[in-house]
Amino acid sequence: MISVRDLRKTYEGGMEALRGANLEIAEGEILALLGPNGAGKTTLISIICGLANITSGSVTVGGHDVIEDYREARRLIGLVPQEINLEPFERVKNTVALSRGLFGMSRDDAKVEDVLRKLSLWDKKDAQIRELSGGMRRRVLIAKALIHEPRVLFLDEPTAGVDVELRKDMWDVVRQLQADGVTIILTTHYIEEAEAIADRIGVINNGEILLVEETASLMRRMGSKEMTIELQAPLEAVPESLASYNLRQTGACTLIYAYDTAAERTGIARLLSDLSGAGLVLRDVQTRQSSLEDIFVSLVHQESPA
Amino acid sequence: MNWHAVAAIYKFEMARTWRTIWQSIVSPVLSTSLYFVVFGTAIGSRISEVEGVSYGAFIVPGLIMLSVITQSITNAALGIYFPKFIGTIYELLSAPINVLEIVLGYVGAAATKAFLIGMIILGTSFLFVPMQIEYPLVMLLFLVLTCVSFSLMGFIIGIWAKNFEQLNLVPMLIVTPLIFLGGAFYSVSMLPDAWQVVTLFNPVVYLISGFRWAFFGLADVALGWSLLAILGFTMGCLLVIWRIFKTGWRIKS
Repeated sequence: MISVRDLRKTYEGGMEALRGANLEIAEGEILALLGPNGAGKTTLISIICGLANITSGSVTVGGHDVIEDYREARRLIGLVPQEINLEPFERVKNTVALSRGLFGMSRDDAKVEDVLRKLSLWDKKDAQIRELSGGMRRRVLIAKALIHEPRVLFLDEPTAGVDVELRKDMWDVVRQLQADGVTIILTTHYIEEAEAIADRIGVINNGEILLVEETASLMRRMGSKEMTIELQAPLEAVPESLASYNLRQTGACTLIYAYDTAAERTGIARLLSDLSGAGLVLRDVQTRQSSLEDIFVSLVHQESPA
Repeated sequence: MNWHAVAAIYKFEMARTWRTIWQSIVSPVLSTSLYFVVFGTAIGSRISEVEGVSYGAFIVPGLIMLSVITQSITNAALGIYFPKFIGTIYELLSAPINVLEIVLGYVGAAATKAFLIGMIILGTSFLFVPMQIEYPLVMLLFLVLTCVSFSLMGFIIGIWAKNFEQLNLVPMLIVTPLIFLGGAFYSVSMLPDAWQVVTLFNPVVYLISGFRWAFFGLADVALGWSLLAILGFTMGCLLVIWRIFKTGWRIKS
């Protein structure tokens, strides 16, 4: 659906926001773009949507080049920007109707009602934007992006500063859109959300896309587990006999053992017997899967050895 | 052509006018009335006639031009500056529309508002002075062309401006003096010879002259030159706007 080839963007001040980004997005998938601030996420979206000029490279949406064939390409795209940009004195209904017109579609009050109802905005249809709460305004932005029935939806940090309920509603809308075959690209800082909602995750840092992988396989591949061992009695130092396990002592009674779930032998059974061999008595054992956040941090560090 | 987009922008912009309809009408009517009282009655009573026309009637075309030009520039400049300022311009940039469509929507709305105000002032002036319009169609043509060309100029100013001060700078520092020195309240022939030559470099002279000709059949410069000047000015503005969108100057990073 979207194809980004060797995309470069250098801003006027000489800042290189994108350094040869490549990305293929399939129709109907949800792709989450993760990256620290200034990684190039918003620049990438801006270029695809026509808000920023391309320095070099190319982008196509639904097979249409975003520059040569901008009308066809843009008709397919809905954009929910990061900032809440709305005219304060305008009424909800009118601003949504404006968006539909801008995308070359005739007025359709039934469609406006349908979209506003889906986003629980119908009872606010005649309200001025300035009377709405922050969460409501964000819903208006989403309504504006959906009113021309796009095939691709960009959500740039849609959950920043949004309460739990709205966030839940928003993901319901996203899932419904996916069921209708809409391709969705979102950027988010809430990594657990990307993990929960995205089919694939793209990691972007320093203007480069480090990897794009299915969420589940990324979790498996990068997933290391940690076992936290709590002891009955305080320990001064890890005994010599346990040195080969690289245990980390995080408290007087707490040891942490990291292991790879994909490895043939995890070494847990041997560790437990060696622990009792060393005369240590266990009180509790916990294991924890590393989160996407851990994976992300380790990826970014691999790329930029500081 | 994406006509739906043109219509959508036009309606959206006109809605702003209707929301503030009283401000839009009352202030030009009031200021025009003041001009009539001060220039027409107080000072004008000492100037009996200019080239056979009573002074009160003589200044009507100039007064209309003064308001129409100022209104065109302010409306169009604010129309495009506001989306830039509050960020809603993202929607224009990401929509499947081209420069021509954006300009038609914004400039069309700004010009419409200025045209309406021009007509209201014309109506008001009938209350103050007895007057006839000799060539109504030429008068309308000049009025429309002036609204359109100065709305185009305002549109450029709106894109160029980085803050509200700059938004007011060009109208205040350049346009108002050009109008006042453009023969709004006097005939160019009343100036000393040297200034008559200087004044020919002021584009507004051609506008007011042509516009006044439509009312009274008398002009400072030939009608053809007036038409040529305003058409040239319009084309120049269009060219600049086309360049702006081509390069994304001040609107796209």
